[in-house]
Amino acid sequence: MNENSERRVVSVIVVNEASVLSRITNLFSGRGYNITSLTVAPIPDSKYSRLTIVTKGSVRVIEQITKQLHKLIPVLKVYEHNDIVEKEMALVKFPITENITEIDTLCQAYNGKIVNVSETIVIGMVADEPKRVGHFLDAIKRYNPKEIVRSGAVALER
Amino acid sequence: MQMSGAQMVIEAFIAEGVDTVFGYPGGAIMNVYDEIYKQDGFKHILNRHEQASIHAAEGYAKASGKVGVAMITSGPGFTNAVTGLADAYMDSIPLVVVSGQVPMSLIGTDGFQEIDAIGISRPCTKHNYLVTDAADLPRILKEAFYIARTGRPGPVHVDIPKDVTAQIAEFDYSVELQLETYKPHTKGNPRQIKKAMDAIANAKRPLFYLGGGIINSNAADEVREFVHKCGIPAVETFMARGVLASDDKLLVGMLGMHGSYSSNMAMSETDLVIGLGARFDDRVTGKLSEFAKNADVIHVDIDPASISKLVNADFPIVGDLKSVVIDMLEQISKIDSDNYESWRETISNFAELHPLTYHEDTDRIKPQWVVQRVGELLGDSANISTDVGQHQMWTAQFYPFSRPRQFISSGGLGTMGFGFPAAIGVKAAMPEKTSINFTGDGSILMNVQELMTAVEKKIPVINIILNNNFLGMVRQWQTLFYDKRHSETDLSVQPDFVKLSEAFGGIGYRVTTKEEFDAALKDAVEKDVVAFIEVIVERMENVMPMVPSGGSLFNMMLLEKKETK
Repeated sequence: MNENSERRVVSVIVVNEASVLSRITNLFSGRGYNITSLTVAPIPDSKYSRLTIVTKGSVRVIEQITKQLHKLIPVLKVYEHNDIVEKEMALVKFPITENITEIDTLCQAYNGKIVNVSETIVIGMVADEPKRVGHFLDAIKRYNPKEIVRSGAVALER
Repeated sequence: MQMSGAQMVIEAFIAEGVDTVFGYPGGAIMNVYDEIYKQDGFKHILNRHEQASIHAAEGYAKASGKVGVAMITSGPGFTNAVTGLADAYMDSIPLVVVSGQVPMSLIGTDGFQEIDAIGISRPCTKHNYLVTDAADLPRILKEAFYIARTGRPGPVHVDIPKDVTAQIAEFDYSVELQLETYKPHTKGNPRQIKKAMDAIANAKRPLFYLGGGIINSNAADEVREFVHKCGIPAVETFMARGVLASDDKLLVGMLGMHGSYSSNMAMSETDLVIGLGARFDDRVTGKLSEFAKNADVIHVDIDPASISKLVNADFPIVGDLKSVVIDMLEQISKIDSDNYESWRETISNFAELHPLTYHEDTDRIKPQWVVQRVGELLGDSANISTDVGQHQMWTAQFYPFSRPRQFISSGGLGTMGFGFPAAIGVKAAMPEKTSINFTGDGSILMNVQELMTAVEKKIPVINIILNNNFLGMVRQWQTLFYDKRHSETDLSVQPDFVKLSEAFGGIGYRVTTKEEFDAALKDAVEKDVVAFIEVIVERMENVMPMVPSGGSLFNMMLLEKKETK
């Protein structure tokens, strides 16, 4: 990755058909582009799906990514905007022996809460800007998290 | 009308005006071959290897301007074809390739001759389909032809499981295409075109940089008119050979790694590159930071992704080349060709300083002479295919091309074994022209089984084997950059090429003198049968000039000056 490479969010609207996801991921691997995260789900009441891809690259690389994505036949639109609202979710599993009150307070500070408790573990959830999710994950290190899962970012242009 | 999936393939081909299909049968595609047996709407040419079927379809497509069609079976039939698909993808050749697949119930079970064909062809096709219901076939086949020939052309692969070819469904080829996500650009932006024309009018040393997109867009006539009315010199890429006739005064030559001195110097000195359907390939640009360093760039291309991919375009114009050039011609009065008089003189001085030539300084025939001689004897009456290597570069440098679609070669992928099957496809598309394949002693053996195809179908391709007993281009690099360590490139042990051709029912000549060559070529053309003409040429001849890989265009290795010739 060269020095002027930066993090960018690319949204792609594709026809919801077989193998469309592999067309996208093949393009990234085949042309040496980076995928930091990728989320995909159908758009309600349509035949399209929306992908949100977080990637890294220089201005020229990002321009190529959007053009190459657009060349794929099932791709309807490619958005690569600055002005976006971006959110990501994370789930974290803690031992039940940790301080649940503190964990719950932390989760709430990042738009989340405790979502599940069992005999041995407690699961906390947060949903926030990807950077803030990162801060949260740093902050909960001292509560001995057993497992962490991040959803990858979703974004909408404003 | 109700019919089987296999019948639909036949009916779709006929509806698309297909007259020739190249292919090779096998288990999974047998239902379709059964229908081929019953029909007489098109002819089928049986190649002797699936790779050759794709190359033949490519040659057919490049010579005719139509979509080339090939048919193959699943598993190894398909994997053999992958090189051809990749070749067509790199050179933007419109193909529809239909492959058989194991029945739907066996997909994913590692069945006999099963391979994930769609997964493999994805990165080397413009688009591909796995057909899971015969009811989808009319739409998919229609889309396949449409996608292959429109926009930036390319190969489209349609994989059909065996049970789908047997399935009965409704066939209606008048279905309207509803490709909401695929709408290729055609018209160029008028404001950009105006800006570009103003830039040409204001430039002092403009240079046309002509690419293969001109041929794909059938725009050679318009480009010739444009170049002549501007009076601006032009360089051609390898893929654009024949856009301007070789005797055109404004044609500087081919540029790039083995381009002429004058072309590469013109590109290095220009103040405005007028790029038409060219993609700034690394074999053209050399070191990017030094390429046309002082120039602004106009770039016309139908593929937005080609623009500013490698070289930043100051005047990007996305659109069909023919349409854009016609729009540009409307503003031709802005341009005064007298302005470029001294620039034209500068370029002709370059050409005088280091003309594109070679030395006749050995007893053996020089390979360049053979190419030139065929040009003198056959000229416009021949279509010229090549394989890949030194002979390919000499052909591009020295053959006097006079028209687009005359030169058919593997540019982007550089596929050895391309030439012979491609020449078969070329001859099938244009039987009135002599079909010549310039090849080397290395390349010819990569699809030599096509002798059988050509002999059986009476497709008289003349293969001129420039035999230097070397894998010449690699040998050249080893000589120049690997301290003469000729690792695995010495091809001293060879078949008897004359007997080889004769064994398949062709004719063969082995020539060592110019007189013998003239006689052999004349005889082969007159006999009009499949031929090998093996020419024993100088072993250590190098392709010159040469821009070493990654070097700047103006830093060429040049032919040593000699007083002779």
